[in-house]
Amino acid sequence: MSGDLSTVRRWTTTSRIAMSAVAVIVAVLAFAPLTLTDAVVQQLTSLLIFIILAGMWNALAGYGGMVSVGQQGFIGVGAYGTIFFTQHGIPPYFAMVLGAVTAAALSLPLSLVVLRLRGGQFAIGTWVVAATLGLLIALDQNFGGGTGTSLTGLNVYEQSARLGYTYWLTLGFAVVVLGLSLLLLRSRSGAALQAIRDDEEAAASVGVKVLRLKLVLFVLAAFGCGAAGSMILANTLFITPQSIFSVQWTAYMIFMVLVGGLGSFEGPIVGAMVFFAIQYEFADRGAWYLIGLGVTAVAFALFLPRGLWSIVEERTRLRLLPVGYRLARKAAPQPTAVTTLPSPDS
Amino acid sequence: MTWVNSVVQGVMLGGVYALLACGLSLMFGVMRIINLAHGDIAVLGAYLVWVVTTHAGVSPFVALIAVLPVMLLVGYVLQVVLLSRSLKGGQLVPLLTTFGLAVVIQNSLLQIFSPDVHSLGPYVGGLATASWRVTSQISIPLLGVLVLVVAAGVLGGLQLLLRRTSYGRQMRATAQDPDTAALVGVNAGRVYAGATALAVATATLAGTFLAIRSTFDPTSGSTQLIFAFEAVVIGGLGSLWGTLWGGIALGVAQSVGAHIDPQYAVLAGNLVFLIVLASPRGRAIAGGVTR
Repeated sequence: MSGDLSTVRRWTTTSRIAMSAVAVIVAVLAFAPLTLTDAVVQQLTSLLIFIILAGMWNALAGYGGMVSVGQQGFIGVGAYGTIFFTQHGIPPYFAMVLGAVTAAALSLPLSLVVLRLRGGQFAIGTWVVAATLGLLIALDQNFGGGTGTSLTGLNVYEQSARLGYTYWLTLGFAVVVLGLSLLLLRSRSGAALQAIRDDEEAAASVGVKVLRLKLVLFVLAAFGCGAAGSMILANTLFITPQSIFSVQWTAYMIFMVLVGGLGSFEGPIVGAMVFFAIQYEFADRGAWYLIGLGVTAVAFALFLPRGLWSIVEERTRLRLLPVGYRLARKAAPQPTAVTTLPSPDS
Repeated sequence: MTWVNSVVQGVMLGGVYALLACGLSLMFGVMRIINLAHGDIAVLGAYLVWVVTTHAGVSPFVALIAVLPVMLLVGYVLQVVLLSRSLKGGQLVPLLTTFGLAVVIQNSLLQIFSPDVHSLGPYVGGLATASWRVTSQISIPLLGVLVLVVAAGVLGGLQLLLRRTSYGRQMRATAQDPDTAALVGVNAGRVYAGATALAVATATLAGTFLAIRSTFDPTSGSTQLIFAFEAVVIGGLGSLWGTLWGGIALGVAQSVGAHIDPQYAVLAGNLVFLIVLASPRGRAIAGGVTR
């Protein structure tokens, strides 16, 4: 495999098919509200919210090595930002977009404090920030204080229209944030990010702009979680600071990413589907359900750290999305997959 | 003068936080693990003490004598079964497994003991309310003094253990470089298990004092973890006496905040923590742990 004979390929036949399939799936999903019942559309909206959350948590931990226990802070800011803007006469669906933007904007000053921290310090640092934001919101009587508040202004829409619009906006957010993280991974920054995750000092020593790349991920994740927060509000119409700023959201995100596959693009989507199914079946079991989630997450972290998707990848050598680099001989067009991005457990 | 009183109360509260924080600090110092289940372990300890107290009809302090050895063993097993495996998986895995453990402990407590709020205060007789009146405004609670004395004793004991004993030398050596320590015959696994056992036992002690001082329920753990971490960072990582001062600073901030309005108690502590973190000193703290 000498330099002259081989080229680096990003696209393969599989990934071309996969990307076309993604486009078809998104197009089919866009028609869902026109054909399916209200209840199903509402369930699909929650699945999309889970996919956004899992994708964002994976962007932080799987690409940047930042284990955040405080993304619920941005979920809450997205939701309460939406409330704030509707209170000031902004139409609700536009307010939801502004809510997500508010979360992203807030992440900039917060990054000055938390991005300096590493590992467990970052984990608890983000947790403190989220708890502080929750306490501040609970003090504000304009937001109903600790007893919560509802989203008004959506009652001008008939129910199935409302659920449809909410679904479409969620789908739009999912496509935007996942598309952005795919672009980021495909760019030069993608390789640099995974270098940071594997060894921050080593990455810095070869000229990777560690802090700037972490900031990009942190802001993207804040935007995505803010979007998820405003869509959670749109889907349930009522929130309390306790529920929306709950650390439970982080528990869900960690579960989805660990089960699906930390550090892969496809894994968190698989994890979100698994979590959605589990929640649908077992959520009424209360504490037992959460004990089960915790035990499963620990088992995956210890015994299958790259999740279910790694099994699919290893069995089939399937790389659906064009984020890796492959060497291929110029003479013979068969791909001899050699180089893929390093995995977290390597 | 009521301000002075709330500072005095805060100092006493700080003793509990220092006690809670020293285990977190010890595990971070020796293993570079931040145990996200530390707060829930403290609450688990408080529940065990509560169970023994109510079933055997003894004082919580007597119950503590029975529970502490159990929790030492729990810590040892925790390291051998869960953490040693996690440590092999890289930097992220210990965070993920201890967070999973926190979820499991919290919800198991919820399942076994219901969400009811309990307190050990009624079981210690007059100790919970006894105080020395200094002036008509300032009083020094007996319990607070006891907590401070115990905290200083535990921190001093840990300091002696680390500085003066052969086991302490092994701990410090392993903390600096586990591979080189292993070359000269230090069993890292045993050192780690000892540190975890001590951390779990001190967390139990702190959980018991918290339960005597106020109330606890299955979900109390996460806030306790945050308080412990805040105390560690405010006091400066890696210094046991710093942890005591950090705990006291946090306790005073919360107590003074609560004096303005009870809603401000936790918020005031969080803000002090964030200010310390954003200050040049916080920068040094964050930079000092590069590894």
